[in-house]
Amino acid sequence: MVKKPQDNHEVETTGHEWDGIEEYNNPLPRWWLWVFYATIAWGVWYTIAYPAWPMISGATQGYLGYSTRANVQTEIEAAEAANAQINERLASVELAAIPGDDELAGFARSAGEAVFNTWCVQCHGREGGGATGYPTLSDDAWLWGGSMEAIHTTVTHGIRNDEDPDARYSQMPAFGRDELLTEEEVVQVVNYVMSLSGEPQDAQAAEVGAEVFEYNCAACHGENAMGMEEQGAPNLTDAIWLYGGDYNALYETVWNSRFGVMPSWQERLSEAEIRAVSAYVHQLGGGE
Amino acid sequence: MGNYVKLILLGLIAFFALFAANQARDIAYLVNALTIALVAAGMFIWVLRNTDEDRPVVDLSGEYMDGVVRAGVIATALWGVVGFLVGTFIAFQLAFPTLNFEWAQGYMNFGRLRPLHTSAVIFAFGGNALIATSFYVVQRTCAARLWGGNLAWFVFWGFQLVIVLAATGYLLGATQSKEYAEPEWYVDWWLTIVWVSYLAVFVGTLVKRKEPHIYVANWFYLSFIITVAMLHVVNNLSIPVSIFGSKSVQVFSGVQDAMTQWWYGHNAVGFFLTAGFLAMMYYFVPKQAGRPVFSYKLSIIHFWALIFLYIWAGPHHLHYTALPDWASTLGMVFSIILWMPSWGGMINGLMTLSGAWDKLRTDPVIRMMVISLGFYGMSTFEGPMMSIRAVNSLSHYTDWTIGHVHSGALGWNGMITFGCLYFLVPKLWNRERLYSLSLVSWHFWLATIGIILYAASMWVTGIMEGLMWREVDANGFLVNSFADTVSAKLPMYVVRGLGGVMFLSGAIVMCFNLYMTVRRSPAVQTDNSAVPAE
Repeated sequence: MVKKPQDNHEVETTGHEWDGIEEYNNPLPRWWLWVFYATIAWGVWYTIAYPAWPMISGATQGYLGYSTRANVQTEIEAAEAANAQINERLASVELAAIPGDDELAGFARSAGEAVFNTWCVQCHGREGGGATGYPTLSDDAWLWGGSMEAIHTTVTHGIRNDEDPDARYSQMPAFGRDELLTEEEVVQVVNYVMSLSGEPQDAQAAEVGAEVFEYNCAACHGENAMGMEEQGAPNLTDAIWLYGGDYNALYETVWNSRFGVMPSWQERLSEAEIRAVSAYVHQLGGGE
Repeated sequence: MGNYVKLILLGLIAFFALFAANQARDIAYLVNALTIALVAAGMFIWVLRNTDEDRPVVDLSGEYMDGVVRAGVIATALWGVVGFLVGTFIAFQLAFPTLNFEWAQGYMNFGRLRPLHTSAVIFAFGGNALIATSFYVVQRTCAARLWGGNLAWFVFWGFQLVIVLAATGYLLGATQSKEYAEPEWYVDWWLTIVWVSYLAVFVGTLVKRKEPHIYVANWFYLSFIITVAMLHVVNNLSIPVSIFGSKSVQVFSGVQDAMTQWWYGHNAVGFFLTAGFLAMMYYFVPKQAGRPVFSYKLSIIHFWALIFLYIWAGPHHLHYTALPDWASTLGMVFSIILWMPSWGGMINGLMTLSGAWDKLRTDPVIRMMVISLGFYGMSTFEGPMMSIRAVNSLSHYTDWTIGHVHSGALGWNGMITFGCLYFLVPKLWNRERLYSLSLVSWHFWLATIGIILYAASMWVTGIMEGLMWREVDANGFLVNSFADTVSAKLPMYVVRGLGGVMFLSGAIVMCFNLYMTVRRSPAVQTDNSAVPAE
């Protein structure tokens, strides 16, 4: 057994005992009490200084005039005022001139990155890296054009949405589902498309597929299958695939077609913001 | 005669539950109704087999009722392991999203498992610990058997039913979407019945106590039981869409709903995880240390200050939201004034050990209790600090909050509960001592290092993501996207998961140790009769 140590104080217990437990009658620790008083005093002051006590028709406002809503309003106004001049210039200059203007381009890059990271990154990925169904924005392959002008139009109006009458629009037919092609022809044209940028699954079918392509696909994708930006029709020879370039993905594309949608941003972003994000996308690597 | 009434009731319940299952509008309701039917049918058969049997009448009024405490101890240990296991799994789901298996979508994805984890640890593990220890403590400190006969067993099994209904409901998609109050309306109703019975057993025992005064632990238990009843009822005011479906609609909406929810949520922390567990501390620490409580005055002052102040602190969960500034200020001020009253419990616990500090070397159970008080003190300092609006603007919505919660939950609630279990098992099963003190030491170190890994990694990611979210460039534009913070957090998420693995391993070691204590430790004759202390 450990020897019971001597108590270093003279304090008595309260005299009660419960299941062998007693209680000393120690006073409150001084430091504890004073810190407690101090927090109470601070609390009283704080509730006089800041909005705190609910009254009948509203709460006390505090003598410091503090308001979270007013604070954030002030901060937003200050930020807007600081950038007002350059935003105005950004919104009014020739679009094509932005990348060449160091001051504007630098500002647009950081402003555009903030817009992109808030609104665009969910689909197009970090730094425009893209994902299946959502085009990569950092390469040279463009569906609707990679000039400042073209990117600006795409961001402003979006693609295939119902909300903006000026949205870019095109629709690939569902060749299989709508019985425009037989299953055999779909297989043939898929093999042909695969042969344009790699190995077809069936070389013989690919040969026949060239003819199917010429009659059904060339109108939009071009005689040489290099695509057509006015139609948003992708280049099929560059081994860059929005929905995948393997047999099954291509079969699905030709059979059911695809219908990628991008929202219109003109209601949600200011002209300066749209231009900033366009400039940001433009400088990611593939701007034309 | 009583048995016939029971049989009729159980039969009716089983019948109506089957009828409800037949009418069920959703799968969660269906499974819950079938569970109730099954339980009622099982109890029907059990009561039937005991009806009209001659049973010797034994007068147990002079003996403590420990069977229900034993059951509570087993439930605490088992639910603890379940809760920690789910928590560890979802920690890894956050680090490696592929663990949200495709085949288990809609059942075992993070969104379904997260409330399962929080409810399992807070209500199943913590709740069982509170019920079991309160039944043990109130009997010892009142020198009276639990009031109400088998009502205590009803509380125990009723509470387990709440857990099972809630857990299966979560997995099948029944939720009110209120944090820590996810169970749907019929589970809320059932819990209300169970909780009122709990209050009746507790108060009944207090009333028939043979000690002249009510021990401090019982004040804390009582405040916990009463306040939780009030919080539970108000926050769960809702109207079912259909009597045959799990979905219900809250009576409050918008910011009023948010304020009610966090009034509830914060006081679930205050009265469930603080007041209730302080009650455990006030009995088991002096018992294990063999020393008198440090200060009666401190206990009475900090008790009243704590329960008066805690109830106002909820709005600090809603800084910078639609909540008006005045409510936000009050929440913050009360949180900060709460600092010392919270620390009163820690001081009283730690100072109780003065004169017995050497036991830290020799008794790993005391060590567990001391470190739990340390984590309690740390969390109750961190909490007021995080409630300061300026600090909260950095910490809110980040992993710092998660770290704070876990240093409190694992460190304070977990460790003090483990300490109590180590104290209780030899006593309840009449064993001379624990099977192995070195295994307790193993548990202690596994759990402590696990908590440190958990809390430290969450501080790092929390502050990092808070800073990343507010980082702006020279022109005032945000630099990072949300996804940037997600990818930056990965290493810390792995560390957190490993912390969870260690904490879980410690709990499994404890279960083994407790099991072996019951099976292998030498038996000892203990006196179970209720005799008042001199």
